[in-house]
Amino acid sequence: MRLNISHTTTYRYASPVRYGLQELRLRPRDETTQTVVGWEITVDGGAHELSFDDHYGNRVELVSLTPGATETTITARGEVDTLDTAGVATKHLGHTALWFYLRATERTVVGKGVRRFCDLVRDESDDVNRLHSLSSRIRDDVAYRPGESDVASSAEDAIDAGAGVCQDHAHIFIAAARNLGYSARYVSGYLLLANTVEQDASHAWAEAWIDGLGWVGFDVSNGISPDDRYVRVATGLDYRAAAPIRGVTYGAGEETLEVELQVQAGSGGQQ
Amino acid sequence: MGRFDGVDVRPGYFDEMHGDGTELRRPYRNYDEWFSQEDPRRLLKKSADAEALFRRTGITFNVYGSEEGDERLIPFDIVPRIIAAREWARIERGIEQRVRAINAFLHDIYHRQEILRAGRIPTGVIADNDAFLPEMIGFTPPGGVYTHIVGTDLVRTDDNDFYVLEDNARTPSGVSYMLENRETMLQMFPELFVKSRVRPVAEYPRDLRTSLAAAAPHGTVGRPVVAVLTPGIHNSAYFEHAFLADQMGAELVEGHDLSVVDGRVAMRTTEGPEPIDVLYRRVDDAYLDPLTFRPDSQLGVPGVMDVYRSGGITIANAPGTGIADDKAVYSYMPEIIDFYTGEKPLLQNVPTWRCSEPDSLGYVLEHLAELVVKEVHGSGGYGMLVGPAASKREIARFTRKLKAKPANYIAQPTLALSTVPILTRNGLAPRHVDLRPFALVAPNNIRITPGGLTRVAMKRGSLVVNSSQGGGTKDTWVMED
Repeated sequence: MRLNISHTTTYRYASPVRYGLQELRLRPRDETTQTVVGWEITVDGGAHELSFDDHYGNRVELVSLTPGATETTITARGEVDTLDTAGVATKHLGHTALWFYLRATERTVVGKGVRRFCDLVRDESDDVNRLHSLSSRIRDDVAYRPGESDVASSAEDAIDAGAGVCQDHAHIFIAAARNLGYSARYVSGYLLLANTVEQDASHAWAEAWIDGLGWVGFDVSNGISPDDRYVRVATGLDYRAAAPIRGVTYGAGEETLEVELQVQAGSGGQQ
Repeated sequence: MGRFDGVDVRPGYFDEMHGDGTELRRPYRNYDEWFSQEDPRRLLKKSADAEALFRRTGITFNVYGSEEGDERLIPFDIVPRIIAAREWARIERGIEQRVRAINAFLHDIYHRQEILRAGRIPTGVIADNDAFLPEMIGFTPPGGVYTHIVGTDLVRTDDNDFYVLEDNARTPSGVSYMLENRETMLQMFPELFVKSRVRPVAEYPRDLRTSLAAAAPHGTVGRPVVAVLTPGIHNSAYFEHAFLADQMGAELVEGHDLSVVDGRVAMRTTEGPEPIDVLYRRVDDAYLDPLTFRPDSQLGVPGVMDVYRSGGITIANAPGTGIADDKAVYSYMPEIIDFYTGEKPLLQNVPTWRCSEPDSLGYVLEHLAELVVKEVHGSGGYGMLVGPAASKREIARFTRKLKAKPANYIAQPTLALSTVPILTRNGLAPRHVDLRPFALVAPNNIRITPGGLTRVAMKRGSLVVNSSQGGGTKDTWVMED
């Protein structure tokens, strides 16, 4: 399927920026499940400084904010052809070893809540069933409800609150999968929704490594494994590592953020 | 042997001047001849002069863990520590071998990890280690150099036995003492250097600059711009940062002096931003870049890691080198040397019990009174137990700590560190020493300055030489053949 994506993030600052940098992980790459037809990133109120590939294989672009700016707009847009591979994303690439994806981070620390999910699914018959069961248990117990959590929330925070967004679902899944012995990672990307083109945030899900299959995706929030409606953009140990935009600003005071995102099925591409 | 009546040595310990007390070792002959003709009162007076000199130069040392602002002088002893040419040749070869192996290990551990695949080091030692920096995975530093400067800590236990205590592959300090101690000795006792052919150490700053410049990023045009990044005036080694920058003809900068300009790290100058090619940083990894590492760091340069990873700057030493001098990894150094060089280690490793292993922990708990216990991630002699010198209460406290977090500790036998005499009011008296030579690693060569920092425990019988624990320093002489 061909997907058309336009993703605009606008930062507004209370006072003019003295100095600031933003790291962008906004560029999808060609992979087993997707081919990038065209993609561009533009920045208003900032300048491209450099780019490199990080240890997860993400393309990173560093942008400096224009001193004196009170607003920065970052737009990523383009077209991606996707394939349905029944959730199986990729082989393992690069030098970052699978054992690395067993590392806990601040947001994926294992506590009582995560351990309970592990206990619920430990006895499942095989890897695929165990992880699907984990995904649906999380979805049952932690409602999808925006506004209950923020970018700093951990898996345990969301379990305690009994609610969260896709990011929290992914963190809980990752923390539990690692605790069960699976290498697991966070994926940020886009998802084509059935009823709407306009979305107010990009999407996130999880991947776990299953021997014999490879990296398999689990979208806890939607209760499915990713198919051709999904575009993978960046991966990492958790949200912080794969965040679409992460930066530091000096002298800007209060900062507000607005996201405009459109994902729609385009013409062309393989069916 | 009447001449040796009254020679003070510690029974059971090797004295580098007097052996077991019945000889005068060859490297010290000239010095001894000079010393025996000197008036002890004049020497004591000189010793006091040396202290005044250091105070004027500004070498002070801020002791971690003591009252704020407690700056004091590291004691300097005027009796040099003398190493024969043939002894040095061995040390030099041994350090070079080790440094080569460490750089090969670092490249491997951040790329294919062959040493883990081969099962020579358990994966857990790396996987669970905070010193392993994922940001370095798949990245090769300019010129392939990870450890531009290494300060290997050596101890000697006998005529022929040298042990490596620590590899100090992160940001070794102390080289300014090597240089200032020599400078002071040259000023106070010029005649000694006429009599004895001592190899110079004064080229170190120039060699450091050459070596750093040789590792500049690919595509650097003209003479590479080198800057020393210091945490600032409150850092205990600030003097050294300023001193080295001055001696190298490099800029001394702090994080807030630097910003990312046109994809490079640039420092503010009166003529506008000037890009830096090589950053000799004396700021720890965790504080180096708030964008990549600790977001609360005020000492670092936001974006420096991104510039680094896009090939726009050299960071010396490379981030993540700590995985090579971690105390848990240290215990595998003989394996590491064998794996990457195919050679037997020329310098010995201290036998090390890893308390993470239940059998070792059992042994260590039973023999605490004989062992030295160190924190895996500690440095500077903090959080360390020296069994033979510890009280019952300290041993009990460490027993609890070990049981609570065994993987945090390693233990080693208490080594019989050699002694070298220091000058006291009652004449020469033996004190325990170690040695930190400095190796400079460039893409095509490794240069080891003939000399180093000799640290000396000023308290009689003490085996702890760390300056933070009251240790002093000596000038270190390596003799020409």
